[in-house]
Amino acid sequence: MAGRAPIATKSSALIAMIADEDTITGFLLAGVGNVDLRRKTNYLIVDSKTTVKAIEDAFKDFTTKEDVAIVLISQYVANMIRFLVDSYNKPIPAILEIPSKDHPYDPSHDSVLSRVKYLFSAESVASDRR
Amino acid sequence: MSGQSQRLNVVPTVTMLGAMKARLVGATRGHALLKKKSDALTMQFRQILKKIVSTKESMGEVMKTSSFALTEAKYVAGENIKHIVLENVQNASLKVRSRQENIAGVKLPKFEYFHEGETKNDLTGLARGGQQVQICRAAYVKTIEVLVELASLQTSFLTLDEAIKTTNRRVNALENVVKPRIENTIIYIKGELDELEREDFFRLKKIQGYKKKAIEKQRASAKGFAEDQIAEKMSLQRGISMNAAHNMLSAAAGKDEDIIF
Repeated sequence: MAGRAPIATKSSALIAMIADEDTITGFLLAGVGNVDLRRKTNYLIVDSKTTVKAIEDAFKDFTTKEDVAIVLISQYVANMIRFLVDSYNKPIPAILEIPSKDHPYDPSHDSVLSRVKYLFSAESVASDRR
Repeated sequence: MSGQSQRLNVVPTVTMLGAMKARLVGATRGHALLKKKSDALTMQFRQILKKIVSTKESMGEVMKTSSFALTEAKYVAGENIKHIVLENVQNASLKVRSRQENIAGVKLPKFEYFHEGETKNDLTGLARGGQQVQICRAAYVKTIEVLVELASLQTSFLTLDEAIKTTNRRVNALENVVKPRIENTIIYIKGELDELEREDFFRLKKIQGYKKKAIEKQRASAKGFAEDQIAEKMSLQRGISMNAAHNMLSAAAGKDEDIIF
């Protein structure tokens, strides 16, 4: 167990977001948003002018922050930085791909769900053989 | 690799044999325990898999509802509600708490959300559409609930996956490397001990044979000496030669053993 990073039990942690403006607005309305002392937000609004570089930086920033427990990312944004999302394999913060209003949700693109599906099919094949 | 080369480098003694047997017992028990742990983890893993799939599917529904609620709120309260909300962000009132759950010695994180401080944006949509805004807020809080649950499932999934891999690796290592090696060592020690015993037995037999031969030789020489003495005596008494005495003795011995003279 030495190789695995310990799971920190903190009293409170934030939910970070990378999504389009509407989705962000909704979650901010629910009270997820946070602005720290340096005026840095825990969300990134992605529009047509946002560069892939900016998204990458935000993703890296959120996944390395200590007070972030969950990172919500719109699936079409995740598709832009698919290599980063797929290569991410730490348990905390958890990366969740969420559907956005303009882009229908495609389960086959989800990095975790594709693994789940793969395991499911592998297990059913294995149980058939038995 | 053949089985012969796969053994521990030990001195073949009875003590070592006992130690090896103890180690084999320990390895067998450890193997059984790890196997049980692996089974328990796999069971948990499958449950989580099923839950993840169903929650992911329900997430789409929930997101759709909340998006629709937002659209309703926008329609009623006007497009500029967006900017009001974005400007009003200060501190998060909805946060996530993580705690640990222990499943067969594997610590799984579990998230739960909670409200901290009073809810802001209370005045949002005061002019018009306040109710729709509140409904929209409630819808998004519900979404967060589902998402947080999904996040903890997903985290457990990744952690368990790793743990199962590690456990299975250990089980296989014990079964395919450690146990055969110890068994080979035990066989080797037993063989060596048997060989030593055989050598010992052979040596004892050989010594016994030598001793028997020596005793026979001594007896034969003693007999010869006694015969010589008797013959000498006879020759002295009768005054005949040694050869004659010998003949007489052998002739007498041929007839009757008891009568010597």
